[in-house]
Amino acid sequence: MTDNIRHWIKTFGLIELFKGLAVTGKYLFKPKITVRYPEEKTPISPRFRGHHALRRYENGEERCIACKLCEAVCPANAITIESEEREDGTRRTTRYDIDMFKCIYCGFCEEACPVDAIVETRVFEYVFWERGENIMTKEKLLAFGDKHEQMIAADKAADAKYR
Amino acid sequence: MFTTLQQWLSGWMWDWLAVLITLLIQAVVVILPIMIAVAYLTYAERKVIAYMQVRMGPNRVGPYGLLQPIADAVKLMFKEVVLPSQSNVYLFLIAPILAIAPAIAVWAVVPFAPGWVVTDIDAGVLYVLAVASITVYGVVVSGWASNSKYAFLGGLRSSAQKISYEIAMGFALVTVLMVADTMNLTKIVEGQQGGIWHWYLIPLLPMFVVYFISGVAETNRAPFDIAEGESEIVAGFHVEYSGMAFAVFFLAEYAMMILISYMTSIMFLGGWLSPFEGIPLLETLFAWVPPFFWLAAKVAFLLFVFLWFRATFPRYRYDQLMRLGWKVFIPLTIVWVFVVMLMHYFKVGPWFN
Amino acid sequence: MSFEQLVFYAFAAIAAFAGLMVITVRNPVKAALWLVLAFVSTAAVWILAEAEFLGLVLILVYVGAVLVLFLFVVMMLDINLAEMKEGFTRYLPIGVLVSLVVFGLIYMVVGPEHFGLEQFKPTEHGPDYSNTKEIAVPLYTQHAYAFVLAAVLLLVGIVAAIALTLRRRPPSEALYQDIDAQVRVRAEDRLTMVKIPAEVEPDLPENKEEEEGAK
Repeated sequence: MTDNIRHWIKTFGLIELFKGLAVTGKYLFKPKITVRYPEEKTPISPRFRGHHALRRYENGEERCIACKLCEAVCPANAITIESEEREDGTRRTTRYDIDMFKCIYCGFCEEACPVDAIVETRVFEYVFWERGENIMTKEKLLAFGDKHEQMIAADKAADAKYR
Repeated sequence: MFTTLQQWLSGWMWDWLAVLITLLIQAVVVILPIMIAVAYLTYAERKVIAYMQVRMGPNRVGPYGLLQPIADAVKLMFKEVVLPSQSNVYLFLIAPILAIAPAIAVWAVVPFAPGWVVTDIDAGVLYVLAVASITVYGVVVSGWASNSKYAFLGGLRSSAQKISYEIAMGFALVTVLMVADTMNLTKIVEGQQGGIWHWYLIPLLPMFVVYFISGVAETNRAPFDIAEGESEIVAGFHVEYSGMAFAVFFLAEYAMMILISYMTSIMFLGGWLSPFEGIPLLETLFAWVPPFFWLAAKVAFLLFVFLWFRATFPRYRYDQLMRLGWKVFIPLTIVWVFVVMLMHYFKVGPWFN
Repeated sequence: MSFEQLVFYAFAAIAAFAGLMVITVRNPVKAALWLVLAFVSTAAVWILAEAEFLGLVLILVYVGAVLVLFLFVVMMLDINLAEMKEGFTRYLPIGVLVSLVVFGLIYMVVGPEHFGLEQFKPTEHGPDYSNTKEIAVPLYTQHAYAFVLAAVLLLVGIVAAIALTLRRRPPSEALYQDIDAQVRVRAEDRLTMVKIPAEVEPDLPENKEEEEGAK
């Protein structure tokens, strides 16, 4: 009986509805967590996996030795490597293409690389205007690495102690 | 103002043309602000719901996103109206008109402030109920003409729902008429004069709740938006509509929302009467405020409640919705008709004397 | 021509045309929709004739509710149009005859000599004239008994319709949801909080070895 009365008061008093409205009403005045993207950005970890780059040694020599470990480990088959012997007898790549449409940004290539040649940078704002631009060639990757070398080196140094 | 215009016009043209032109001007004067209000209601809806979900809402088009509704309107205007194959083309295109025409026609009798009304008819409440009941055809016809199962099911659901809740709404209004002793909307507001405790909200509190909730159901708004339950029937009766045809449905829905809020404030919340009436100091302090402001403020609050509901409550299951309408609201309203009858008989309070 | 006349003729023409379409159009859904138009324009004519209460109630009851239910039924019917057209010419003569007879009968009863403008001069009413009150007062005083009787009749109709269509199936055939019971449910009815004491794994010899091995 008392149970019934309680139920009726609860139903016709719309108590639970008002409780719900109170919750949403409270959140109306809470500070908003939206990040206004182009003007504001969220902090990015040094381990962020974005646009790829090929690095060089300080003396200007390219790091990649065409071991093809990255090509082998790539789960999306995005990397294509062809290699030949250079005049000085070292093995270097003649072709190093990453298809950015296939790439799933897993970071395995970076993990696999024995010489830290291929890296993924924290750059994620890039866009392709025409078909074919999605294939990152060796030249483009090296140029990209040269451009952002400072940032890449800093990120590597920051993450080094956890590796 | 309009009578002088009409007289001036009939001086140099046919009488009927003068009347027609005056009527058209009156219609535009009423409809244009409503359409603007509808546009900004969509903006308000997105903003309010966003704020309740700890987001920012539209803020890229214009300052604070204020031009967003205009951008939306332009986008919808330039989109193609896709005609589904095997659909009934005439009915398919008439359906949005059937939805919006009554939603606009209703405003002919709604008073905005003392004297600000296109036609001050005696059967105002009845007119509103009658014309608003036609909106159901937009839904039924669009559902049938689309030649789509989703649209058809959505149309059936929503029309059944609208008819059911219309009864509860009608009964709730009967109690108002019993208290006010008139069906004229202006006189209903005037009957509530004399301070906040004269408003019909107090003797008819359950009816206020029933009317407003039925209004939410009537306009197919969350939590009663099973007509467009995305999870089950995609978008209900307007799945097949695109571009301007869809926008017209949208306009109709929001115009009805504004109408329900208007009717609720006129019937229960004292319309354009100031809430500070009869309070010694505050009354003189707010004497300069135009009456329309009070009505607009009440309507704005009720519209906010509409959006608040949408941000808060999960969607009703269909059988629960029907139960609420038929087994809870209609008995409740009938009981309250008798309660009001008794109050009338015993001349209770400031409302019956 | 005054504006009222213009509106009257416009709505009268629409009503007549819509009425014609109701009986000529093949698709039943379209016929029902033409009927809606006929009702709405008739209501407009009534309102022009100062019977605004009747006109609005016509829209509210017939257009707003009855015809929607009608449409429901018609929309879900699977009608073969070819079959419907069959026999139209065969029954045409008799149909014309019957309709002529009916028209004649109606004309004899409600023709102009009985209900014409000569017999019923429209009375001019002031702006305060309330059509609703004029109907309500005799309805609830003079004809209160008939009114209540009609209401009871309608109620009996509703009960009969429900009783005829009610079909209680055993739970094995159909699942019924008892919403009242569902609404009444509280957390305590569905959920029991059980306190389970934390159990400590007894030190088994194998476990120990593994742990040591891990170290």
